[in-house]
Amino acid sequence: MEPAELQGLARRVRLDVLKMIREAGSGHPGGSFSAAEILVELYWRVLSIRPHEPDWPERDRFILSKGHACPALYSVLARRGYFSPKELMSLRKIGSALQGHPNMHHLPGLDASTGSLGQGLAMACGMAQGFRLDRMGSRVYCLLGDGELQEGSVWEAAMSAAHYGLSSLTAIVDRNMVQLDGTVSSVMEIEPLVDKWLSFGWDVVVADGHSFPSLEKAFEHAAGTDFPSVIIANTVKGRGVSFMEGRYQWHGKCPDDEEYAEALKQLKGDRDE
Amino acid sequence: MNEPRATREGYVEGILRAGEISDRVAVIEGDVSRSTGSAAFGERYPDRFFNLGASEQDMLGEAAGLALAGFIPFVSTYAVFLTGRAWDQIRTGVCYMDLNVRLGGAHGGTSVGPDGATHQALEDIALMRVLPNMKVLVPADANQTRASVLASLDMEGPVYIRFGRNPVPQIYGEDEPVVPGRGKLLNEGSDVTIVACGAMVSRGMRAVEILNRRGISAGLIDMVSIKPLDEQLLMEHAGHSGNIVVAEDHQMAGGLFGAVAEFLSRRLPVRIASVSVNDSFGTSGAPSEVMSRYGLTADAIALEAEGLLKDQAAVAD
Repeated sequence: MEPAELQGLARRVRLDVLKMIREAGSGHPGGSFSAAEILVELYWRVLSIRPHEPDWPERDRFILSKGHACPALYSVLARRGYFSPKELMSLRKIGSALQGHPNMHHLPGLDASTGSLGQGLAMACGMAQGFRLDRMGSRVYCLLGDGELQEGSVWEAAMSAAHYGLSSLTAIVDRNMVQLDGTVSSVMEIEPLVDKWLSFGWDVVVADGHSFPSLEKAFEHAAGTDFPSVIIANTVKGRGVSFMEGRYQWHGKCPDDEEYAEALKQLKGDRDE
Repeated sequence: MNEPRATREGYVEGILRAGEISDRVAVIEGDVSRSTGSAAFGERYPDRFFNLGASEQDMLGEAAGLALAGFIPFVSTYAVFLTGRAWDQIRTGVCYMDLNVRLGGAHGGTSVGPDGATHQALEDIALMRVLPNMKVLVPADANQTRASVLASLDMEGPVYIRFGRNPVPQIYGEDEPVVPGRGKLLNEGSDVTIVACGAMVSRGMRAVEILNRRGISAGLIDMVSIKPLDEQLLMEHAGHSGNIVVAEDHQMAGGLFGAVAEFLSRRLPVRIASVSVNDSFGTSGAPSEVMSRYGLTADAIALEAEGLLKDQAAVAD
């Protein structure tokens, strides 16, 4: 699939997310928008999956450790054919399969339930251990937020993955520089990030998280190393809507009428640059 | 009666047998494999044994991952760290997904003795019992611990099994099964019913003897399955005697007393007393000394039983 087509999908995902959050009245646009290209790259080019056989045992696994970005994941799963895109507008509503944070028992295509930050990487390690025991080739991918890296449990898992040489495991950090209360550097600095992962024994590659050629190269590299690998994907929080970009206020907020109209216009491509 | 044995010995026998029964059984440890005894599993099944070091959150997360990959992981470390340090991983990572993870809480209650308050799990039953999907087993001797481990293989979703460090009297034969939702009636009695778990069951047996000598007929239930609770057995015996003494090596709040009181207060309110640790941390000392300090004794159970009977007589007057 060509980058232009993938860009169209990422735009589709952002439009879905905007409408879903607007319809729900709440949700997390900032971190959903920053992860759009990463998720599209994963589900259209990287993961070995069968959307019409979601439980195919030999599939690759994906864990959205930053569970609050699930509107983007739900859109990707729907557009990839796991369920009808019509369901997307039920996000966060009573009785919906699209919970405020992902519940794997409610929706096909989810490999884990997440939402409490810092838990996904250890689950991914456990899966990788299990597949290795079973001599299965399934790879395991885990998307983390950069604010999430403040959770100590992430580093327990990072240590374990290197100790056990889990080369089938790839983590992706959505490095959008912003968390709920402000910029990551102002709330609790996580740099030097590359050095941290390197010192924990991981293979590290830095990518432009909004560029499909850059992401493609990074994922190819990650699949070829003998170590657990991490892709630090540099992104922009709220990417695609000018007044949301880089602003912590849009971590978890629903746009009002005026903001919604403007965001819709920009995402549809009428953005004044 | 045979020589006393620690319930942790039963845990080790159980996981070794479980590993033999199913090659899907794995064990996750947290740098205390010689204390819990799970090192023996690692020697026999090195591929399925993961010592993840002192990192409880990672242990529980990886257990969830292994379960999602189709394994049945037994996670063992000191109960206080297992259930407290990684509670959110147990909640969201294990219980919310209803995964087949088995938690082996070692050194439960005051049995750690000299290590003191930091290492004495007195809140673990409460912490596990409030979680949806979690089942809680608190066996009273080594054979029952082994049987609990093996019973857990046939249970769906997460199971917590609490065991202790120090030798306790042997109560059950090797073939005595553990059935989820079923307690064991160890003694029939008409005046008062003692409901105990874990290390307090043998003390309950001694309390029955003490009470008998004083002309009081005391029943004894070993409530090995705290969740699901054996409600039928409780209804029968609470209704019969109208007096219940609950005994556990745990805080009064939220444990076996909590489970029994919550149930009976809704279905059959009776006079009820608790022998437990009352809103206090433990302390260092020999296990028997610590248990005496906190009133976790046969005498204390007997005293509470007599207190209930006095209350009953006062009401009758």
